[in-house]
Amino acid sequence: MSKAKKGKVVSYNKWGYIFLIPFIVVYVTFQLVPLFNTIYWSFFEYYRDGMTQIGPNVVGLSNYIQLFTSTDPNVPTIFDYTWNTLIMWIMGFVPQIIVSLLLGSWFSDNRLRLKCQAFFKTVIYLPNLIMASAMAMLFFTLFSESGPINSMLMQMGVLDEPFKFLYNTLSVRTIVAFMNFLMWFGNTTILLMAGMMGIDASLFEAAEVDGATPTQVFWRITLPLLRPILIYVMITSLIGGLQMFDVPQILTNGTGEPARTSMTLIMYLNKHLFSKNYGLGGALSVILFIITGILSMIVYKFSNNND
Amino acid sequence: MKKKLLSVLLSTAMVAALLVGCNNEAAAPADPAEPADPAAPVESDEPVAEEGKVLNIYCWNEEFKSRVTDHYPGYVEVDGTTGTIGDVTVMWNITPSADNAYQNNLDETLLGQADAAADDKIDIFLVEADYAGKYVNTDYSLALSELGITDADLANQYKYTQDVVTDTNGNLKGSSWQGCPGVLIYSRAVAEEVLGTQDPAEVQEYVKDWATFQETAATMKDAGYFMTASVNDTYRVYSNNVTSKWVEDGVINIDANIMNWVADSKAMVDAGQTNTYDLWSDDWSKGFYPDGKVFCYFGPAWFVDFSMAADAEGSIANAGQWGACSGPQGFFWGGTWMCPATGTDNPTLVKDLILTMTANDDVLKEIVVDDNDFTNSKPVMDAMAADTSYSSKVLGGQNPLGMYCAGVETIDLSNLSDYDQGCNEEFQKAMKGYFEGTYATEDEAIAAFYAAVVEKYPALSAPQ
Repeated sequence: MSKAKKGKVVSYNKWGYIFLIPFIVVYVTFQLVPLFNTIYWSFFEYYRDGMTQIGPNVVGLSNYIQLFTSTDPNVPTIFDYTWNTLIMWIMGFVPQIIVSLLLGSWFSDNRLRLKCQAFFKTVIYLPNLIMASAMAMLFFTLFSESGPINSMLMQMGVLDEPFKFLYNTLSVRTIVAFMNFLMWFGNTTILLMAGMMGIDASLFEAAEVDGATPTQVFWRITLPLLRPILIYVMITSLIGGLQMFDVPQILTNGTGEPARTSMTLIMYLNKHLFSKNYGLGGALSVILFIITGILSMIVYKFSNNND
Repeated sequence: MKKKLLSVLLSTAMVAALLVGCNNEAAAPADPAEPADPAAPVESDEPVAEEGKVLNIYCWNEEFKSRVTDHYPGYVEVDGTTGTIGDVTVMWNITPSADNAYQNNLDETLLGQADAAADDKIDIFLVEADYAGKYVNTDYSLALSELGITDADLANQYKYTQDVVTDTNGNLKGSSWQGCPGVLIYSRAVAEEVLGTQDPAEVQEYVKDWATFQETAATMKDAGYFMTASVNDTYRVYSNNVTSKWVEDGVINIDANIMNWVADSKAMVDAGQTNTYDLWSDDWSKGFYPDGKVFCYFGPAWFVDFSMAADAEGSIANAGQWGACSGPQGFFWGGTWMCPATGTDNPTLVKDLILTMTANDDVLKEIVVDDNDFTNSKPVMDAMAADTSYSSKVLGGQNPLGMYCAGVETIDLSNLSDYDQGCNEEFQKAMKGYFEGTYATEDEAIAAFYAAVVEKYPALSAPQ
């Protein structure tokens, strides 16, 4: 009797595993196997020369060495591309997190009682709905030499002749960062707001009763309790930032102009796919994987230490 | 329990069947074309015995399709991507060339050509000059002689068009219906104002070689005009007149004439006589209008007719205010070559298509008259050049064909390599950095160029 009952329980548990199968199958086929394949091929010479397949021949670590060294001191290496990627991410992320925190705390502040909240929340989220490539095309047109920004600046007398926005390291990086900021601050705001609304309202009331100023409330109550969400936002944004591709790719037409100072790691990876260079491309992907892991770990540790 | 499993299985099977059904439906339009063929004119004069029923043509735009539709006898259009010739279905596989998509698609299909079913095999694919070598120097393309096409059949063609598709062993592996020799196209108004003449023969004296061209550029600058819209305008004039290949024995090699382009262009950019815009960008095409203040462009017949905004009110082309002269050196720009693919199951039809479209003077003349193309036949073009009734509206009534004909004779393309496309693109990109000052020195830019080419073609190496 009792045996039969036990059997019934087990058979119910089985459904959990059955429901997991689709995910596992998809994950193993499209994520895990390619992941190991990538690592495996990164030790090979494996590319196509015109119509001829070269390799795969085992070459050990030479793909990695090739990425880290350069024949000419002026030719960028993977360090430069990592720097480009990180600097453009930071330039976009810092304003993004500040603006999002500010907007999030305003939206979730019961005393402010902002009107038309739903409208503003929709509006700030809208840029994210536009395709990144469309956005990049738009900015490309806006900032081209005969584009509207230059003609406006010239008519206002700020400039005498058109400024080559798309051929200056600082301006290209700023434009890329600004676009990323514009596209993602709405998303971050919604996330942070959700986190802020999850904080027990009685804490705010108690603080108010004790006579805390709004600034004190923000720094002493909101921020510390928001930390888990903040870490989540930081890490997802960091991973997204390291994989930055579409915006700078379209804006600079794949060149990372000027002189590859706006070329990100993934744009560089894309360059190797022209000749289906799975060896070098694989090595680059492995490095990217390691960098992402290390940076995520740092962010995680750093944010947890203050407890 | 078993029932549930069974139902899961059944529903999975149903979904799978549905998907398979969709797939069949998607492929279906290929088939109805065949039952329709009794209505099409059947060419009975050719023994098409045992040849394939499907002719697959790979290309990147509608141009060749429209030429075949209009000029190949017996071709009947069925829909956007299919047609029939007799009882053979013609399938057009059109992949745009942006981002290398056309070549990627073609490469994959050619690599699977040996294992493909007869009706799926590529029969003809089209190539451009920049990457023709990549295909003609492999066994994936078929020598025309193997189809029974002799040199005598193609004797009227311009030599440069054959250089492009001749492999390293001297086999001709493709054929084109077009010639694309270019000329220097100048603004008549600017010439009149600055040089005091707008007569093509006299303007030619001001641009007859590169030294004179530079002097004229300085004059133009003083008068407030740019000599050219971009340094990239003159690039192909230099790169078509090289004496060595981009790649020699796997090592990248920069020809002296390409370095001349760098020196001349750097001087012109520094002096403010030209810009570094990319071709086809908005900034570059400003010069199609009087406000752009550009003296000249370089281009072939199709450029003059279709690319200079002739339809737009207020453009120089619309007013017929461009003139043409030969310029400092002969060059060509563009053109499409037909290559028969190895393994084709329609050799007779492929041969006939190539002969009709690229070696039949009647058809080629028809193309000139109907489509304003410059076709690949010396006798036809020489006759048209002498014809005083032919004139170009964009060029203010001038007949430029004589100039094209003279230019085309001077083009020598024996120095093509399999890597030209990537080398030309990366070189222009790197040098733009040098002209703009992001690379401080020429050496820095050249190092960046080597790195970019090796990245694109890992088989190559930079000179030590």
